[in-house]
Amino acid sequence: MYVAVKGGAEAIANSLQLLAQTRRGDPQAADLGVAQIREQLGLAVDRVMAEGALYDRELAALALKQACGDVQEAVFLLRAYRTTLPRFGYARAVDTQAMAVRRRISATYKDLPGGQVLGPSFDYTQRLLDFQLLADGEAPAAPEDAEDPVAPTMPGVLQHLDRDGLIEPSPADDATETPADVTRAPVTYPAGRDTWLQMLARGDEGYLLALAYSTQRGYGNAHPFAGEIRLGEVAVGFVPEELGFEVEIAEVTLTECQMINQFQGSEAAPPQFTRGYGLTFGHNERKAMSMALVDRALRSRELGEQLVAPAQDQEFVLAHSDNVEASGFVQHLKLPHYVDFQSELVMLRELRRRFHESRYTREAAE
Amino acid sequence: MTSASQAAAGGRLKPGFAEPVHGAQQAFRRILQAMARPGTLQDCGRDLDPPPGLSPAMAAVCLTLADADAPLWLAPALGSEAVQGYLKFHCNAPIRDDAREAAFVLADAAGMPALDACAQGCDRYPDRSATLVVEVPSLAADGRGAWRLQGPGIASTASLAVGGLPGDFPARWRDNAALFPCGVDLILTQGHTLAALPRTTRISDPVEG
Amino acid sequence: MSAHADSLAAAQTVEGYNFAYLDEQTKRMIRRSLLKAVAIPGYQVPFASREMPLPYGWGTGGIQVTASILGACDTLKVIDQGADDTTNAVNIRAFFARTAGVATTTRTEEASVIQTRHRIPETPLTDQQILVYQVPIPEPLRWLEPRERETRMLHALGEYGLMQVSLYEDIAQHGRIAKTYNYPVQVSGGYIMAPSPIPKFDNPKLHRNPALQLFGAGREKRIYAVPPYTDVRSLDFDDYPFDVEHWDTACALCGATDSYLDEIVTDDAGGRRYVCSDSDYCDRRRQAGDTGAAR
Repeated sequence: MYVAVKGGAEAIANSLQLLAQTRRGDPQAADLGVAQIREQLGLAVDRVMAEGALYDRELAALALKQACGDVQEAVFLLRAYRTTLPRFGYARAVDTQAMAVRRRISATYKDLPGGQVLGPSFDYTQRLLDFQLLADGEAPAAPEDAEDPVAPTMPGVLQHLDRDGLIEPSPADDATETPADVTRAPVTYPAGRDTWLQMLARGDEGYLLALAYSTQRGYGNAHPFAGEIRLGEVAVGFVPEELGFEVEIAEVTLTECQMINQFQGSEAAPPQFTRGYGLTFGHNERKAMSMALVDRALRSRELGEQLVAPAQDQEFVLAHSDNVEASGFVQHLKLPHYVDFQSELVMLRELRRRFHESRYTREAAE
Repeated sequence: MTSASQAAAGGRLKPGFAEPVHGAQQAFRRILQAMARPGTLQDCGRDLDPPPGLSPAMAAVCLTLADADAPLWLAPALGSEAVQGYLKFHCNAPIRDDAREAAFVLADAAGMPALDACAQGCDRYPDRSATLVVEVPSLAADGRGAWRLQGPGIASTASLAVGGLPGDFPARWRDNAALFPCGVDLILTQGHTLAALPRTTRISDPVEG
Repeated sequence: MSAHADSLAAAQTVEGYNFAYLDEQTKRMIRRSLLKAVAIPGYQVPFASREMPLPYGWGTGGIQVTASILGACDTLKVIDQGADDTTNAVNIRAFFARTAGVATTTRTEEASVIQTRHRIPETPLTDQQILVYQVPIPEPLRWLEPRERETRMLHALGEYGLMQVSLYEDIAQHGRIAKTYNYPVQVSGGYIMAPSPIPKFDNPKLHRNPALQLFGAGREKRIYAVPPYTDVRSLDFDDYPFDVEHWDTACALCGATDSYLDEIVTDDAGGRRYVCSDSDYCDRRRQAGDTGAAR
């Protein structure tokens, strides 16, 4: 008799083998090295690190290779690895003002101290397929040194507004307060900003992009300006319990976005600009900007604005932001449900029987 | 059992579970059984040799469940340096002065704080409540003055004879039950035996005879 | 369930991972949650669910609960849709055999821990057993109110009118309660609970079961429990009492008329056969000489 699920163990073993074969593809093509992925598919590596919530370029590249380039699957691999790592403690908050900037742009000032630094960007590439890359690529040359070298560090753009009181002050850096950790404590609602910024930083880029986009199209009352976007390297400091002083344990690449938004003011606060904040591992402006817009939308309640749009709905936004959760649950529909389905079949047949019986009775009566 | 002179020798820390992973797992299953089947006696911590003041069963509860995320409160009888050192070293658990801030409240029968002086949880999160772990002079399935127990986890009725608790404990326990879903849960220990009363267990009058 | 030192030797685990995969700190956190869950029957305890090497929605909650209770002396059975040989059950069983080195079985009565998705075994459980359910959506009110802030308040107030109304709307529209699986229950006269997507056929087995029943929802980060011998009432109305599925036929393999039957399509002409969803129950009956009604 036909029972589809018999021999599950053997089927799984064969499936794994087929997957490995598919992953490798045509053996005539050279095997893709993890170093090649790390160096030449760097933005995919960055995204996997950001959503995987683990800064390790090598492992993120390995995850991408193992996942046949499926970014979400790679994120999942990295998360499942991350969760087993011992935890030594929490790093100090990084100082993005001290970032070694490679790119820094502001859409709100034509020029400002430190200047506009274009750096590496797709923005002005004209998006024409470069058929030269079909052939083996040669290492491109570095651009000639600019006349004015990039300043080693540069002050943030928003401080120029801050000085005049035109923008709300940034929350004070309170080293005594331990921020929430969504990987160690379940999220409860309403969640604080520390919680939601973490969740957005780990959240799915496409989802955040769509939510951010919706706030620009009238679902929410956003009037944003990209105050500053900066990309570069920052030091990560850690204070080991036994040493009692801070040591630098790593240097990481970050993209930070400070979004400036209008605010009409309330009875308690004068009209002023407000902040939306985005920060991601690696180079990812789309994610950082989306995060900053969604962060600002989630602050609507705190700022006493009307809550009318999906992006302002904290539980809606946060509970669905994690693509490891979302992907798992959507795809769990592949698992057998024939017990529940059988229940539904039995019920549906019963309801249909009643429907036809009562119609027959009605017609007989007429 | 530990001799006083051994403890007085001080400095030398008593070991925890010989096999931490399996020791904790076995102890947990006994504690889970106790909580799921109120009134049943569970053998727990038999291979432990904790410092005086801390019974093997109570030590097993701490080694199994306490850590940096689950603070402790200690009754004065458990306040010795040896006990504190043992708990800090093996559990890495913070020790609080206010019982209300503790996940586990450890006491002897005489030093047990009022039930409502411990964390009660709130209506939305009744799980944020304390578990009291109380070492009593005697703990048996039945005997003089044994309670009759009823509630979830008990097929019809169970019986438990507990020595050393204040005479009005059943009344205090009724007050605790009235707070449901809030209220505390109780683990009673005696040597290497433990039993539990979750907040849902009802104590009725002592069994006759 | 006594501990034997010699069985510890069987606790071979995968190199680089702790016994039963989870680290000890995570197990302690889950164990504390489990005790509170048992103490407050039917209440959903939030817990810091970890990412597991299986996808969310595929049993991560059940796996975390099982990993936190499982010991070297346990015998584990894993079923999905009642069967031991479905791919997901095979995979989870293999995961624990590999990470905890525990003995596994397909025999319901041999198991000390049974992890299940969507069924309660037909063979009655004993007070020596623990049943661990995989739960996709732990909140029974979720389809009536999507916000956790609200549903938690409704539970706190015991305000279950919404649920009564929803069941009554079924009756108004269909002449009966049309909910067929994940049928809501009230535990010990208190919390309303989602029994996970078991068919309502299994609901009566929840009631006063001698085994301890633990529920784990990994993605939703909730743990809850039904202690042994605890009243579990399926919601209904006096004039529309709760009832379960019935079949006009017996299992085609073992002839059982008292078990939950899966419908199997046998040809392109609408041919159907019905077989037990509980593969162990069906096997045992056939071994005992029972035969299908229509082999």
